[in-house]
Amino acid sequence: MPHLDAAYNLARWLTRNEHDAQDVVQDAFLRAFRFFDGFRGSEGRAWLLTIVRHTCYSWLEKNRPAEVRAGFDEESAAADAAGFDPDMMAAEGGNPEAIALQNAHKRILNQAIALLPLGFREVLILRELEEMSYKEIARVVDVPVGTVMSRLARARQLLRQSAPLRAMGGFAVTEVKR
Amino acid sequence: MNCRDALELVHGYIDGELDLMKSLEIEQHIGGCASCKVQYDRMRELGSGIRAHAVYHASPPALRARVGAALPQEPGSAARYPAWGLGRMSAAFALAGLLGLAVGMALLHPGAEERIAREVVAGHVRSLMAGHLMDIASSDQHTVKPWIAGKLDFSPPVKDLAPQGYPLAGGRLDYLGERSAMALVYRRQGHVINLFVWPQADVADSGLRSDAHRGYNLVHFSRAGMLFWAVSDLNPDELKAFAALL
Repeated sequence: MPHLDAAYNLARWLTRNEHDAQDVVQDAFLRAFRFFDGFRGSEGRAWLLTIVRHTCYSWLEKNRPAEVRAGFDEESAAADAAGFDPDMMAAEGGNPEAIALQNAHKRILNQAIALLPLGFREVLILRELEEMSYKEIARVVDVPVGTVMSRLARARQLLRQSAPLRAMGGFAVTEVKR
Repeated sequence: MNCRDALELVHGYIDGELDLMKSLEIEQHIGGCASCKVQYDRMRELGSGIRAHAVYHASPPALRARVGAALPQEPGSAARYPAWGLGRMSAAFALAGLLGLAVGMALLHPGAEERIAREVVAGHVRSLMAGHLMDIASSDQHTVKPWIAGKLDFSPPVKDLAPQGYPLAGGRLDYLGERSAMALVYRRQGHVINLFVWPQADVADSGLRSDAHRGYNLVHFSRAGMLFWAVSDLNPDELKAFAALL
């Protein structure tokens, strides 16, 4: 089942919850299977992630409509920061990632990404973690390539200015050794 | 380039998404603007921080089994082949992988046309980069044409298209497809169009064909035993309109 990790990673970052992400991925694969004709060779990952993203949005609209409405709302996202569970990103049970996440800087960075408004978070994940080209991202998110660049620019600016990273005393993430 | 544009374009630059000319513009701007340089360094630092530390959530093992079990089974086969749907999907993904491979191999051995497109774009970029756009700068076709005649063993048509909004700016000799070619330079507002012309034995006349390569648009056709390739960062429609005037 190729691209399952990519599907799960995107769903996990968009729903910000392990169980919801699993439900979404299962649903997305069922849809993908049904619309198999749409599948196109080397663009398989972009095609599948388009479906995963769409499924995420449908799921969020049904279960957490406020998050979709605030897709580009920079202020409400900042307000969220106050009530956000700081340990959310570490709630992964006993897997090795969770242990690695004990690193405070790392946790703060991941939290700051999780707090980005949906519309900015998705382009950042597709670019930095899936390493997709602007063209592929444009396809998945269904916007022009120029919009991908401006959203990424905004996403990174928001991240740099975000409360968790600032509270940490500037951007010191790169000082942590891998 | 002003700072506002630079602060956005710098992201395309960091991500390796800008064409050559835009990259050079950004490099030039950052080189001369301390505050944009600081932003550039910070964004690069942020990018490497994210790639090093953001969690890539690999799918839990149970999810694979769960998705496999949920995929539709063929009627009658469910009991005997519980993973049939999954198998079919894997097979299709594998086939798609092979197709992807075939496409990749085709790119390694580009057809003649694609090779020309690459050389034409390279010639265009070179002419802009090296500051060697024109050997003869003249908007007068009656100056350009005799100049060419002394240099080449063929006689490309030279038209000034200023009335139609594409003024002739000059010409130069270039080398394309392992032979000498004429490059005529036209302008359209801020854009430069290079029109490469060279003779080719046994070539039939053809209509306009559009193409794109590395962010540049191309329109090409053949007429009277000569190949014509126009290349520019101009939009495809206006470039095609230009080629139609030739």
